Amino acid sequence: MESIFSRNYFELFGLPVSFEVDLNTLSEHYRELQRVSHPDKFANATDQERRLAVQQAAQINEAFRVLKDPLERGKYLLALQGINLDEETDTSMDPQFLMQQMELRESLEAVRDAQDPLGKLAGLLQEIEKAMSDMISDLSVLFANANDEAYTKARDTVRKMQFMHKLRNEIEELEEELI
Amino acid sequence: MALLQIAEPGQSDAPHQRKLAAGIDLGTTNSLVATVRSGVPETLPNEQGEHLLPSVVQYKKGSAPVVGSEARAAATKDPLNTIISVKRFMGRGLDDVKSLGSRLPYEFVESESDMPRLHTVAGDFSPVEISADILKTLKQRAQDTLGDELTGVVITVPAYFDDAQRQATKDAARLAGLNVLRLINEPTAAAVAYGLDQGAEGVHAVFDLGGGTFDISILRLNKGVFEVLATSGDSALGGDDMDHAIAEWIMQQADIKDDVDHAQLRRLMHVARDVKEALTDSNSTTVKVELSDGAFWEGELTRETFNQLVDPLIRKTLVPCRRTLRDAGITAEEIQEVVMVGGSTRVPRVRELVGEFFGREPLVDIDPDKVVAIGAAVQADILAGNKPDGEMLLLDITPLSLGLETMGGLVEKVISRNTPIPVARAQDFTTFKDGQTALALHILQGERELVSDCRSLARFELRGIPPMVAGAARIRVTFQVDADGLLSVTAKEQTTGTESSIQVKPSYGLTDNEIEGMLRDSFEHAKEDAGMRMLREQQVEAERVIEALTAALDEDGNVLLSEQERTEINTCLQNLINIKTGNDIRAIKKAISQLDKATQDFAARRMNASINKALAGHKLDEFKN
Repeated sequence: MESIFSRNYFELFGLPVSFEVDLNTLSEHYRELQRVSHPDKFANATDQERRLAVQQAAQINEAFRVLKDPLERGKYLLALQGINLDEETDTSMDPQFLMQQMELRESLEAVRDAQDPLGKLAGLLQEIEKAMSDMISDLSVLFANANDEAYTKARDTVRKMQFMHKLRNEIEELEEELI
Repeated sequence: MALLQIAEPGQSDAPHQRKLAAGIDLGTTNSLVATVRSGVPETLPNEQGEHLLPSVVQYKKGSAPVVGSEARAAATKDPLNTIISVKRFMGRGLDDVKSLGSRLPYEFVESESDMPRLHTVAGDFSPVEISADILKTLKQRAQDTLGDELTGVVITVPAYFDDAQRQATKDAARLAGLNVLRLINEPTAAAVAYGLDQGAEGVHAVFDLGGGTFDISILRLNKGVFEVLATSGDSALGGDDMDHAIAEWIMQQADIKDDVDHAQLRRLMHVARDVKEALTDSNSTTVKVELSDGAFWEGELTRETFNQLVDPLIRKTLVPCRRTLRDAGITAEEIQEVVMVGGSTRVPRVRELVGEFFGREPLVDIDPDKVVAIGAAVQADILAGNKPDGEMLLLDITPLSLGLETMGGLVEKVISRNTPIPVARAQDFTTFKDGQTALALHILQGERELVSDCRSLARFELRGIPPMVAGAARIRVTFQVDADGLLSVTAKEQTTGTESSIQVKPSYGLTDNEIEGMLRDSFEHAKEDAGMRMLREQQVEAERVIEALTAALDEDGNVLLSEQERTEINTCLQNLINIKTGNDIRAIKKAISQLDKATQDFAARRMNASINKALAGHKLDEFKN
């Protein structure tokens, strides 16, 4: 019997290894797994089992975090293929995309002095949400193709998505500051 | 009177005897204790029939402190020795405390640690010690009512409490001689009480505005599972701030100068609170205060003016509301009910603005004072082991991001806010300079990018890294948050295995030595008692292990163990059974740890089997497709 720590996250959740994840099924399986492994369920157990329960519940939480988020899920699927993002060493990036990033960032900088900063932010946020949702659609196709070329492209897309993700966080922070 | 039962010599107590457990709501203004009796959770009153214990402690020279209504009544006459709203100081440094309000009627003294102490006639006390006095009163009430010692308690804390504030609460419980089964979040406890009572399902928001703290949590209730999706709040915002706003208004109207004495300030705060409460049911109320020259000032406060005074405070709660919705990925329309908790949600203007924000009438028909303690009692009953096959399960999250300081005074987040707990996450860091042999790790909590904007939790060092070029070392730092929401951090250099770890002890907390010292003082005349107590605790632990293992063997021993493994476990088990009735603490400890070792594989196999079973139905479905 394989230990839960050596199973991949999809196997742990009883799901096929795929970029497509049904979030309702995922949540349902999450609750069922926690029902048998959460430390609270081991109130009468030996210390041994209580310690294991903490580790196991933490592992399930980590797997859930990764599987429910498209960006994290994409990274994880790449890692399962042995593909690394090399975040520190690989600085190459599609110039057109970098250009777009710079423009988006300039718009973000200008928001503070704009007439209607919250309206501007909402517009920017919408633009980024749209870009991210396109990337998610691309990833669905690429991971389904499952060949070397598709994985290379998926790696590219995941890297771009990280930029977008960071930008979205910054927009949300600024929005909170301005409200 | 019924006859009490006594066990046979050498026999453990009846194995399935109900364990006494309680839930405690340690509030800013009032505290409560509740327990489950005959399946019904209820708060426990004192002899006068009062359920709420005002969280007020009056210290007196040469006698025990007075806690509760009597202390509250003394507050205006004896302001310096009567401590109210001490929860606002928990886990805070002196600077934080001073920034809470310029009108605190206390004398703070600095102590060796960064924790502030309050000067009274009976000595200087830390917020942790003062809270422990409140907890002792509740413990006594529970034990008098239930007729026996408490096995353990669940204490509630605001969901938005940081690590330092949680640790301080746990320390206060230790000082009060309580065994803490778990710290749980106040809105989660309220959701449990409400959800179980109403059989509620679906997504709910809990809006919890107390005397000094504000929380908003969004939960999904599904067949007994309470899953917190997101939480936010302000751990320094509550009804007290409304009282301050009214007091300031009175001072302005009555031309009272800023340098009034402590007693006058306390009187003003009292009047302000009464005025606020009066305006819950009427549109206008008379305000009357005695001035320092003995004359009286009288005025009129309308609800309209009051609303203007408190509006900025109430609007402050809406920003966290917006943030939680976003973090939970939920729109206001998807929320089934907004449950109002905490005494300050009685203010009509609060209900109005919250209703406006969520686009629905908030639910106000539950007792906002008692619901948190009742939820805690339900969870305490489960964690004491009284409901082994219960359906209920709480899945909570960490309210604030946790991270490390990196070069340039920036914070790298390792665990982000709203991550389900327990959680363990590792991240690799490296050295900045050639030949660097040590690493200064600074642990922070908060959402901002700069170290100076986050809360410093602890610092520790990893030494003994072999000299390498900058950037060559691989230091893996692991953050672990347990089910109480408390953090521990480990750092390990990967190539050499040099390791260092810290159970995060907040900078403003008591050190372990300080706590032990305080505990020792309270046992001063009872050293032998302390020894006996330790032996008894070890024996109880042995009994617990034997009982749990016997049950596990009955259930799975035949399937999951070879004959040889089973014999080995039986030998260790028998050894512990023989030793546990003796009075050699060390021998009992050793026998427990031997048994622990022998059952390691068995425990792992059992856990795996249960995981497989949990998803077995789905696997079959997938094969069919």
